[in-house]
Amino acid sequence: MCLSVPGKILSIKGDDPLTRSAKVSFGGTVKDINLAYVPEAKIDDYVIVHVGFALNTIDSEEAEKVFKEIEQIQIMEKKAYEEDIS
Amino acid sequence: MKFIDEYRDAESANAFAREIRRITTKPWTIMEICGGQTHAIVKYGIDELLPKKIRLVHGPGCPVCVTPLESLDRAIQLASRDDVIFCSFGDMLRVPGTSKDLLSVKADGGDVRIVYSPLDALEIAKKNSNKKVVFLAVGFETTAPANAMAAYLAKEQNIKNFSLLVSHVLVPPAMEVILASPNNQVQGFLAAGHVCTVMGYKEYEPIAEKYKIPIIVTGFEPLDILQGLYMCIKQLEEGKKNVENQYSRVVLLDGNPVAKDIIKKVFCTVMRKWRGIGEIPNSGYSLNKDYESFDAEKIFDLQDIVVEEPSECISGLVLQGVKEPSECSAFGKLCTPEHPLGALMVSTEGACAAYYRYKGHGKEDNSMDE
Ligand code: SF4
Repeated sequence: MCLSVPGKILSIKGDDPLTRSAKVSFGGTVKDINLAYVPEAKIDDYVIVHVGFALNTIDSEEAEKVFKEIEQIQIMEKKAYEEDIS
Repeated sequence: MKFIDEYRDAESANAFAREIRRITTKPWTIMEICGGQTHAIVKYGIDELLPKKIRLVHGPGCPVCVTPLESLDRAIQLASRDDVIFCSFGDMLRVPGTSKDLLSVKADGGDVRIVYSPLDALEIAKKNSNKKVVFLAVGFETTAPANAMAAYLAKEQNIKNFSLLVSHVLVPPAMEVILASPNNQVQGFLAAGHVCTVMGYKEYEPIAEKYKIPIIVTGFEPLDILQGLYMCIKQLEEGKKNVENQYSRVVLLDGNPVAKDIIKKVFCTVMRKWRGIGEIPNSGYSLNKDYESFDAEKIFDLQDIVVEEPSECISGLVLQGVKEPSECSAFGKLCTPEHPLGALMVSTEGACAAYYRYKGHGKEDNSMDE
């Protein structure tokens, strides 16, 4: 029940801070989501959504970090392998 | 889907698994707090990618599983009343109370409705002014901002026929109970990323320091969990005990200040009983004095029956990482998802249900790239 999923903001409605809402797409399924907790969110942002509320916007720069680490691991492994066979 | 598919890539997962195998020299026991993580670990076979020396135990982070029998029995009492429309998240409907569950109340003609968001329950109240609409507000810190907002808006908009039956739980006090237990085996924690999205992770620092244990704020996709484990094992091997944030694309140190503000306006911290574990001081939220008139426990006359769990069920030990579901004599026999004896077999995030589905009994496909 703690399931929270990333979705993309398609459009935003209203400007009352408590009831501002958005149409958010989850891989094609669109739902109305309350934006009270992400006052900075704008169209095209990705948000993490839980029971109808966006809990935060997703930082795409931070999202890349894990892939950079995997790249590092793979470079290191390749180096170790090359040292091994030479 | 962006931010999902790339975090399920099998080749990347294997790279992390190899790196974990490379750095692991000693046996370590690590607990993931959150049931969502438990589900992903068992579903994707992440535990099977790890070296034998690493033991994963599954924590109490499933609100469906830890909601006490008393709360369910109160919910069932309210849902059975003719003047009540009872609203709940879908996964609470099959959790067994003492004698029945909410689904059977519905089958018997009770007006029980599944809602996606607590705001849907508020809408139902606006449309049914002749009925009392009660929302079963369960969850961890992740769900607290949504449930708090329903109470906040009900007061703002003066909706008098709406109330909440609150049984909210908080993660850090439960972690402390596990760590303080003489049976404790946990040496490192993966903290629940979405709980920290709301609350931040400052409150874990004193716990890491006091119990000398690394705590890694971790996301829910296979690569998140593997990276979280990698960070945790690295600290353990190096003798460190810090709080680190693996889930930085979503979690900030201070969490979400707007959400924390609404939670503070609406809730107060209380002693809460956890199913299978017992009472834990300051481990729950209830509505505070300003919101008393929206508190179903205060406005309805509810009888309290003190009840015992079925004696076969060892869910308390499973929730604390002392036993595995398969060590329960009822597992897969007296207790199945069709006929659950304990709550851990009901919720998809419960460890017993995850073991039942993905490890042997009626095993489903668990390939990484789906
Ligand atoms: S298998 Fe069923 S009875 Fe045994 S611990 Fe799990 S929920 Fe309880």
